[in-house]
Amino acid sequence: MAAVDLSGEPAVKAEPNEQGGVRRRDFINIAAVSFAGVGGAALLYPLVTQMNPSADVLALAQIDVDIAAIRPGQAIKTMWRKQPIFIRNLTPAEQAAANAVDTGSLRDPQTLAERTKEGHANWLITLGVCTHLGCVPLGAADGEQRGEYGGYFCPCHGSHYDTAARVRKGPAPRNLEVPEYEFRTDTSVRIG
Amino acid sequence: MVRILGILVGLGFVGVAAWSLLWGAVAYLKEPPQETVEHQFHHHARDIGYSFDGPFGRYDRRQLQRGLQVYQEVCSACHSLQHVAFRNFHDLGYTEAEVRAIADRWPRKVATINPRDGAPAERNAIPADHIPSPYPNETAARGSNNNALPPDLSLITKAREGGPAYVESLLTGYHNPPANLPRENRPGPGLHFNPYFANLNIAMPPPLRPGLVTYADGTNATPDQMAHDVAAFLAWTAEPGADSRKNMGLVVLVFLLIGTILAYMAYQNVWAGKKH
Amino acid sequence: MSFPWAEHYKPKHPFMRWMDDRLPLPRLVYNSVGKGYPVPRNLNHFWNFGVLAGLALVLQIVTGIVLAMHYEPSAAGAFASTEHIMRDVNGGWFLRYAHANGASFFFIVTYIHIFRGLYYGSYKPPREMVWMLGLVIFLLMMATAFMGYVLPWGQMSFWGAKVITGLFGAIPLIGEPIQTWLIGGYAPDQATLTRFFSLHYLLPFVIAGVIILHIWALHIPGSGNPTGVDVKSPQDTLPFHPYYTAKDGFGAGLFLLLLAVMVFFLPNYLGHADNYIPANNMSTPAHIVPEWYFWPFYAILRAFTSDFILPAKLWGVTAMFGSILLLFFLPWLDKSPVRSAAYRPKYRMFFWILVADVLVLGFCGGKPAEEPFVMISQVATIYYFAHFLIILPILSWVEKTLPLPNSISESVLHGEAEEAAPADIGLAKPATA
Repeated sequence: MAAVDLSGEPAVKAEPNEQGGVRRRDFINIAAVSFAGVGGAALLYPLVTQMNPSADVLALAQIDVDIAAIRPGQAIKTMWRKQPIFIRNLTPAEQAAANAVDTGSLRDPQTLAERTKEGHANWLITLGVCTHLGCVPLGAADGEQRGEYGGYFCPCHGSHYDTAARVRKGPAPRNLEVPEYEFRTDTSVRIG
Repeated sequence: MVRILGILVGLGFVGVAAWSLLWGAVAYLKEPPQETVEHQFHHHARDIGYSFDGPFGRYDRRQLQRGLQVYQEVCSACHSLQHVAFRNFHDLGYTEAEVRAIADRWPRKVATINPRDGAPAERNAIPADHIPSPYPNETAARGSNNNALPPDLSLITKAREGGPAYVESLLTGYHNPPANLPRENRPGPGLHFNPYFANLNIAMPPPLRPGLVTYADGTNATPDQMAHDVAAFLAWTAEPGADSRKNMGLVVLVFLLIGTILAYMAYQNVWAGKKH
Repeated sequence: MSFPWAEHYKPKHPFMRWMDDRLPLPRLVYNSVGKGYPVPRNLNHFWNFGVLAGLALVLQIVTGIVLAMHYEPSAAGAFASTEHIMRDVNGGWFLRYAHANGASFFFIVTYIHIFRGLYYGSYKPPREMVWMLGLVIFLLMMATAFMGYVLPWGQMSFWGAKVITGLFGAIPLIGEPIQTWLIGGYAPDQATLTRFFSLHYLLPFVIAGVIILHIWALHIPGSGNPTGVDVKSPQDTLPFHPYYTAKDGFGAGLFLLLLAVMVFFLPNYLGHADNYIPANNMSTPAHIVPEWYFWPFYAILRAFTSDFILPAKLWGVTAMFGSILLLFFLPWLDKSPVRSAAYRPKYRMFFWILVADVLVLGFCGGKPAEEPFVMISQVATIYYFAHFLIILPILSWVEKTLPLPNSISESVLHGEAEEAAPADIGLAKPATA
């Protein structure tokens, strides 16, 4: 049994008089493992991106809203991308009140003109999502509280929005978001 | 002990199987199975080549656009395409505005409800919609088609042996039944002989005539051309990602080839000098 | 838990020492797949397939969990949700094709792994438990794959479910109630689909647990080897790491290469076109067939066409399940003390006939139940049962085996001499000194 000697040197033990030899011998092993590592990381990519919104969700859901029936002083609530949208027909008084505010004093400075389309300054279209933590503010439907500034009021933590849906009081950091929209006709708006 | 039992059980199964074999053989010899009529007259799909065949083949966007035109003007009257959305037509080379126009002008409208009173209503399609079906449900489809159901075409080229070649062969394969076709296999009322169809008689009448469609790109619309284009289009509807799949496949294969070669070299390195 | 010359785990990094003192997981890894597990040095590439099966399981679990995030287990929505995955989910087509083809590859490597066991006598003492646990894994794999195929709710999904659950109805007396209980109704429908989804998600983890037992049972005696001769000295073995980690890495590369060819260029080749048709309980497909890896068993099922005291259908079901159950008894049916077919010429001949027989059964299983395929299946079924239940027991009584080498290291050293000699001449007496 002693005559049979197959052990030789273990492949990974360093040979003391061949420092360079060890590094050369290990190189291919390191190269192979690294290449496999890159492959493994690459495989991770589809596993992670599959959780991103799928193409049908991303497909810009466009809605066409008929606004003919909304009288000045009225607003409607509708849905876009699974979120509430407020469409309000501002009265001249509400527009004047919005324009009278010094934008420098606002937490999120914007004029009413910046938040509406030219020639349609009476139409205020915003997301109905409070920019604080996401509740749906009151004020769009008849009879709901509109807060101290005559716009919208969020009951969750007391954010008040004015007639241009700009935040005036309370913890909300920004004005109600204005989505992308265009007027197809004077009575039909395409949102998204 | 187990072996004795095993032999007995084995003889049991072997015996019963042999019994079935015996009776099967007797039946085969007494009455050899006849070739069925379908088998005799049925043709397999013709051997047709497409631009997207093979690992290096890719879709021809012009052809797909022509195929969409054929589908829209001829097939969509009876066949739904429910797994395809209008926004998918960006793949065919249309711009966003063109896709919106195709959706808006589609001959069928999308079901919705009247927001005032909830009554059923219709609206024009938008890119996010799937292609509206010609019929509201299967019963309506059968009612309009002599109790036959025109199948949805989104996956038809993956759902049939022969793929797009089968579809093209079928569309151009109508002819009068051969003289020696037995009487009971001749097409009855509402049926048409087509040797590419599994049971030889299909409820769909020949759908293509010369000049039925006027191609937007000016190609001559012969039935063969239309069949070829719509078959390619339906291959795309079944597998819209085929081009990117093949492109990615080449990259992955090269990567894995290099990786396997490196792994082999590392393996040889580790085992160098070791007898095994 | 193997050989006395196995390396001991000596953690150098203080963190590893800290970890190992509290939860000896590093030690466990070291002793099972690291430098601490001595493995016979003469293993050939057929020993790669166990690891590949484990890799295939991991791939299936990972792609499966991710697919389950998008799949809708309802009779109304399953087919559409599968198309949603293929078309709209980012990389969804890749995940679906990888999962479907991965299942086929799982079975390919497992079948090669099983036939390795049959050839080299891996089922013989002291590894009977390893073999039986492996059969349990195989049965669980078949149940998992069957239920998984039902989930897309295509024509083959539905009708395959109908046929296989219908088999339970063949059991006398209690068959019908069992079938109704299994399906949750009178035909596969919503209830069947959701329970199959639940179990399909569960069973792979059960398989993983049984695999741990399988490897544990193996590591008690240690791995077998192509000569079937036990390990006797340190010269017979090499540490698992780096020798077999490197070899398995190469094998894994080949496995992934072949899988990638299927997934990216031939994704539907192993599948059936009819499963792209939504399930329709009013219209039966022309030929109902399961996926290819079930074809040998399907052929055995359909081979029994005549009643014999019991109805033919019951014989078919019994034979189909019996064809796998009899494998549990293999260590006691084949009691030859020589393990490896390399030293059992007659056994080797019957082994290759068995391989051809199983391939023939597989081919017939994919064909319609018409002549001549039925008669061929019947002959092949006869051989299959005869092989394990009659031939092997008799062989273990009467076979003349070739002389074994004294040790693994000796057979390795004399490898060149062995290759030069004709196949059935025994090895020369080993030289000493």
